[in-house]
Amino acid sequence: MATLTSTANPPATRARASRSERLAPAAFLLPAVLVVLFVSIFPLLLSLFLSLSRLRFEAGGLKVQFVGLDNYRKLLFGSEQKVLFGTLATPSLIGWAVLAIVAFLALAAVYRAIRDARSGRAVVGRALAGMALIGLTYLVVASLLAPEGRPGTMVVTMLYVVVGITLQYLIGLGLALLCAQQLPGRRFFRVVFLLPMMITPVGVGYLFRMLADTNKGPLEPLWVALGMQDFAWSNNAWGARIAVMVGDIWQWTPFMFIVLLAALEAQEVEPVEAAIVDGASNWDIFRHITLPAILPVSTTLILIRMIEAFKIIDLPNILTNGGPGTATETMTLYAYRIWRALDIGGSAAIAYLLLFLVTFFATLYVRALRGRMSTVR
Amino acid sequence: MNLKQFASLAALGALVLAACAAPPAAPAQPAQPAQPSEQKPAEPAKKFAGITVNAITFSGPQIAEPMQRRGKEFSEMTGATINVITVPFADLYQKILNDFATGTNSYDVIVFAPQWMVDYIEPGYLEDLTDRVKADADLQWEDIGLFFRDFSATYNGRIYTIPLDGDFQMVYYRTDIAKELGLQPPQTWEDYIAFAKAVSEKKLTTDDGKPVYGSCIAKKKAAQSYWMITSIASAFIQSQGTAQGAFFDLETFKPLYNNEAFARALEIYKETTQYGPPDEINLDVGDTRGLWTAGQCALTIDWGDIGTLAIEEGSKAKDKTGAVILPGSRQVLDRKTGKLVDCTPELCPYAVDGVNHAPFAAFGGWSGAINKASKPEVKDAAFAYLSYMNQPAQSNVDVTIGKTGFNPYRVSQFKNLDNWIKAGMSEQAAKDYLGAIEASLNSPNMVLDLRIPQNQYYQGIVLDGAIAKFLAGEQDIAATMKEIEDGWEQKTEELGRDKQLAAYKATLGVQK
Repeated sequence: MATLTSTANPPATRARASRSERLAPAAFLLPAVLVVLFVSIFPLLLSLFLSLSRLRFEAGGLKVQFVGLDNYRKLLFGSEQKVLFGTLATPSLIGWAVLAIVAFLALAAVYRAIRDARSGRAVVGRALAGMALIGLTYLVVASLLAPEGRPGTMVVTMLYVVVGITLQYLIGLGLALLCAQQLPGRRFFRVVFLLPMMITPVGVGYLFRMLADTNKGPLEPLWVALGMQDFAWSNNAWGARIAVMVGDIWQWTPFMFIVLLAALEAQEVEPVEAAIVDGASNWDIFRHITLPAILPVSTTLILIRMIEAFKIIDLPNILTNGGPGTATETMTLYAYRIWRALDIGGSAAIAYLLLFLVTFFATLYVRALRGRMSTVR
Repeated sequence: MNLKQFASLAALGALVLAACAAPPAAPAQPAQPAQPSEQKPAEPAKKFAGITVNAITFSGPQIAEPMQRRGKEFSEMTGATINVITVPFADLYQKILNDFATGTNSYDVIVFAPQWMVDYIEPGYLEDLTDRVKADADLQWEDIGLFFRDFSATYNGRIYTIPLDGDFQMVYYRTDIAKELGLQPPQTWEDYIAFAKAVSEKKLTTDDGKPVYGSCIAKKKAAQSYWMITSIASAFIQSQGTAQGAFFDLETFKPLYNNEAFARALEIYKETTQYGPPDEINLDVGDTRGLWTAGQCALTIDWGDIGTLAIEEGSKAKDKTGAVILPGSRQVLDRKTGKLVDCTPELCPYAVDGVNHAPFAAFGGWSGAINKASKPEVKDAAFAYLSYMNQPAQSNVDVTIGKTGFNPYRVSQFKNLDNWIKAGMSEQAAKDYLGAIEASLNSPNMVLDLRIPQNQYYQGIVLDGAIAKFLAGEQDIAATMKEIEDGWEQKTEELGRDKQLAAYKATLGVQK
């Protein structure tokens, strides 16, 4: 029909039609692009400007003073440095070993890029990424794996992300594997396992605050029976961090569980049956068939959770207000705390540092898995 | 079916539906002759009928409760609708400021900490209430304590807020435990430690077997901890009267929190933790008040709330709660050398028995102000509402109820014990409680809370953050004091030293 119409039309009409066809995609896309620009790009640029400014409320409105990189200087080298980076000290032997391994891997990646005669840009990119990775690893080992060290908000955030997501994934996968079996009551457990995700993070915060109270919480008899009535998890840096991580894992494991369960149930049956016929063990089937089959889903799942986990704020805010000291304070909570005191520029600068950190880790993660994914495909 | 057929069918259907749905026809009524009216005479229109006043405060229940309760009464009397909006305390300061600065103006009345008023008044967000206050005889303005009229209500000689609450920090002690152990109420901070230690060593328990702690102080981060440390430090830092100030040097505007005096206060503060509940550094005042009324604390530092909470139903501290002015020190700061030295009559002119007391007017008491951008008729209703809550008939009752969070601030509330006895306090307890507040209020060496631009950053971020790290053992005394000094100096440089100094001096110049 379209062919008939176009052949029947004179050349001028055809030209008009082709022009409108050319313009149509742009016209259809424009509203969406404008919306994205308005709700996403514009705030991003504005907050970048705010991070380079100092705001003051004065008669007649806001006074915005451009201060260049001063807010970043304060965070990275000034009075806020200790809050962000913590106290750095000489790492322990394990710390040095970890640093050496990471440095070796980073250098190996650069060497491979040079050896494979990649473009200059790729080599420089790998070198920069390697340096950043070594720097971040040093930050971790000099604060977490050093006897005299103390982690700052940046390392605490990374700790929540790495430990939290690892455990969430493993527990979520375990539960999904169980629920994928033909076990009695599996439908009931599918619903039960999902419940924590439906509670608001603030509710989870209060719930865990009550549960962890060894003096007057609902679990007090249990704590007393265990002789822990005088133990205060909130006084201990690791006790408080573990409480936050347990709450986070409890809340977000269901997300991992439900997506992984869907992936497991969508898995093709034939390869598994063939493996069983061939006498493969359960572990072999899981390792060589199931795991590669759910890898694409797992990759995306972990990426989404990672981006989300970097922004954790509710649980440490409700449970400990970031304390004791700065033990449980994350970058988002830190930004929120100083935003409340109207240091909006400083708060925006922290938000941007977090953006860089998330982007760095997300890129590293995607690139690290890209090769593996193509092998699987 | 053609169009005509369809139209006919539709018309028929409509008729059937109408017939089914129509109510049975009522028999025609003969027209009634007009009856003489037996209605009550119409009530005169209420003064503020149709006007809505949006008021914001923190999500208590303290403060919000009396605002809502009195708001309802006010609505019934005047016809105005009072909408009380609550937000967490930590968000209140910036929530109000953001609303004003962006021109949103969602709030007509703000009930807030008067120490923030400089940040709201300087940009011109608050209504000047001076003329309204002068014209309102029902307020009985002169009956309000002079300190609250000046510090909580006035800025640069003009009245901007109506005080609703009077705040001082005091030390509360358990009278029965003191008697049992032969202890005297603490006069110095060393006495406080000794009292707490004695109770702790005795390992007392409540009737239901719960431990009684020597001292309970709210030390949670981002809560009230920075007021508590100031209550201790003030006795060591300020000795020459209110105008001397306890936060900054009046010549250089350098912080007074990096010297032997503040170091001693930090030592005491940390030592009290040994005698407190195991999770004390994660407790705010809500938690410590709960422990007090459960009978689990022998000592605490708090505002006036404990006195009235102790007499509420279910309290195990009723008639066992004594109150004294904040303990003092026999040594004070020599500002020239930065050293702690013994009190002399010259150095501590207001000392009692050689002890320098410096009661801290922490926070200053919740006060109500009106948004300058609100409509004139809304401002009128808003002022009448604040006035109603402040008037003696209402406030004399509210200050005796623990859940209101309101503490006495009128002279008559200190003089007349009847309200307190009627509320459930014994005469002795009332005398103790009011005596401690009066002693603080009348002290010539009272320490005024910080009321300079962005005081929230100085105290809520820098001081609070450093103290939290110190209590958690993340840093020692020297590092803590340096962090406070550096943080305050940096903010001062940002905002302008001269401007901040002038604001600080203006605050201290407040008449007492």
